[in-house]
Amino acid sequence: MDQPNQARHAAVDVSPTRRAFYIGFINGAMSLIGLALAVPAAIYLLFPPKLRKGQEWVETSDLSTIPTDAPTEIFFQRTSVDGWRVTNVKATAWVVKKPNNDVVAFSPQCTHLACSYHWDDPSHTFMCPCHNSVFSIDGQVLGGPAPRPLDRFQTKIAGGKLEIGPVEPHA
Amino acid sequence: MRKIIDWLEHRTGLESAIKNFLYEDIPASAGWHQIIGSVAVFFFVIQVFTGSLLAFNYAPTPGEAYNSVKYIMTELTGGPLSRGLHHWGASMMLIIVVLHMIQVFIYGAYKKPREATWMVGVTLLLITLVFGLSGYLLPWDNRAYFGTVVTTHIASQAPILGPYLLRLLGTQGDSVGNVTFSRFYSLHTVLLPPLTILLIGIHIYLVRKHGVAAAPGDTAPKRKFFPEQVFKDTVGVAVAFIILFVMAVVAKVPLERLADPTDTAYIPRPEWYFLFLFQTLKFFKGPMETFVSVVLPGLAVLTLFLVPFIDRGPMVRLGKRTFAISFVVLAAIAWTGLTTAAVVTTPKNQESADTTETPATETPEATANPQSPIPGASAPALAAWQRLIPEELAGLGIFKKQGCLGCHPGAGRKGIGPDLTRIPAGQRNVAWLVPHFKNPSQIVPGSVMPPVDLPNADLNALALFVLTLTPRNEQALEAAPDFVTQGAMVYQMNHCNACHQINKVGSKLAPALDGVGLRHDRAWLEKHFADPGSVTKDTIMPAYKFAPQDLDAICKYLLQLPKGA
Repeated sequence: MDQPNQARHAAVDVSPTRRAFYIGFINGAMSLIGLALAVPAAIYLLFPPKLRKGQEWVETSDLSTIPTDAPTEIFFQRTSVDGWRVTNVKATAWVVKKPNNDVVAFSPQCTHLACSYHWDDPSHTFMCPCHNSVFSIDGQVLGGPAPRPLDRFQTKIAGGKLEIGPVEPHA
Repeated sequence: MRKIIDWLEHRTGLESAIKNFLYEDIPASAGWHQIIGSVAVFFFVIQVFTGSLLAFNYAPTPGEAYNSVKYIMTELTGGPLSRGLHHWGASMMLIIVVLHMIQVFIYGAYKKPREATWMVGVTLLLITLVFGLSGYLLPWDNRAYFGTVVTTHIASQAPILGPYLLRLLGTQGDSVGNVTFSRFYSLHTVLLPPLTILLIGIHIYLVRKHGVAAAPGDTAPKRKFFPEQVFKDTVGVAVAFIILFVMAVVAKVPLERLADPTDTAYIPRPEWYFLFLFQTLKFFKGPMETFVSVVLPGLAVLTLFLVPFIDRGPMVRLGKRTFAISFVVLAAIAWTGLTTAAVVTTPKNQESADTTETPATETPEATANPQSPIPGASAPALAAWQRLIPEELAGLGIFKKQGCLGCHPGAGRKGIGPDLTRIPAGQRNVAWLVPHFKNPSQIVPGSVMPPVDLPNADLNALALFVLTLTPRNEQALEAAPDFVTQGAMVYQMNHCNACHQINKVGSKLAPALDGVGLRHDRAWLEKHFADPGSVTKDTIMPAYKFAPQDLDAICKYLLQLPKGA
């Protein structure tokens, strides 16, 4: 902007105090409006949905069909709440039954980066193909980058059948 | 801080660009009346912002759209607010854009050299309308669906272009389906927003190029845009935003039932700003309808574009713009009159209840079937005949039994007798109808209708039923199952309304029977009829011994009664 213009306009421009008021109001009002839009948007995007619970407990196989001391991958259906959609999804779990009929159901996802691991009979361990994590039959980490033992599902025996529940919270 | 700004300025020229924009010269006569355009731009930004928020949680297919909107409204914190801002923002956007246009119009700021600015502005107005139209379909509830069906039918009547418009909109035959939906959605979110941004940019560039229009004879030294006019703009923005925010908080946007193309009783209505066109459709038929609904609006839009070429004189001060101001006033009166008429004369849909008001009684299992995304719980849809009182239903039973349809075949069809859905006002009462039933040729000379030989009570019921008929509900009413009409006739014959009421008609001595099926089962009802005292203490209801088919009919009728309003 050239100086002569500025000088000419200064005569009809507003007084300094009024100017300060205008600028203050503009900044204040637009900041408030910005907040009124940004805060609800953040809440809307970040707060978890008021969850409709999917099916918590699913009845799976008869306990007698699960061999002792041999980890078995079982398949079952559960309803899953996915946003606005409720669907039946196929799920799996690695189940280990001990001689005293204690049952453990491991979540099928490796605790490193959630790849699917499998039971390797020759080495008597769970092995994950992604980054070579290795777990014992108890789920303890024997090697590889996994940061914690295998996650477990809650289990219940009802009427001779194994019921699988939600994942137990890990440390 | 200064160093960062200097770096930016040197690399991008941002600071001087902003300064140039802010310290633009504006006429001394510029003032409050010119803030409306800025408010419009601000609202466009809000619409893009809130629209994006909604799009983050919205599924754009007819199969999933409704459920995802319901998800936003019932499960997400801040969901109803986001939708509210977007929905009311759309209405406010249109109002603001029209006010802006009116201001420019009455001031004559479209005159040379600003004709291009005006025409870009009219285009932006049309785009705003298309935004409103395309967005209206997206919730895929009954309101959205049927409103769009009517719109596409109007489009199909455009001379010459009609069929091509239909194909462009992706409609096949009569239906608004997946393809139409996708086109409306991509129009609304992909095509129109960048186009609008481009046109707004051009519009503002043109305003700047020619400068804000000064009032005629304004020779005072120019002022700066910033901070005084920007302050006024901000006041306008703040006031409009407060109104918007309050509306979004206080007035929850309803979500009606999932779109049901087979619902014959639903009365379509467009968004409020199209109601005036909707109303004109009621007055004209055939080629006149096409003329009024397509050709005339088309000509009006064309005229709007050409305003700067129609009114070419020099700019005069506001006080002298009598023609322009009268024109606006007349248009406003016409628009308001038509819109009010539309609101007053269009019957309300009974099903307009907001389905997001009864959340969370549905189990996930109930909604697990992905093929039928019907949201579980909530009352089953009320059929048209379920709104009739027992006497009217009994009348329907008599209507069918007497074979009235033989000579009065119904809406639009030619028969020996007149259309009962359009009985003239003078005959639209029981006092005319009952004597007519008893002795038709005496009441209507030359009539070949045989007398209806029934007791007075039955004739009353028949008359009441006939009076419920309208062209729209006729088929739905006549679809009432036989057990319902039989049951209603048993109800009437036994004067149950002497003590009970259904649908607010009857007596208050005994409990209302609406929704009795939700409280008791068939076995209880039969026992109650046979010996009321054995199931209800201290009752004065006498025992009723019905013939087996009457007992069956009345029990079935009562058990299906919907809950009272």
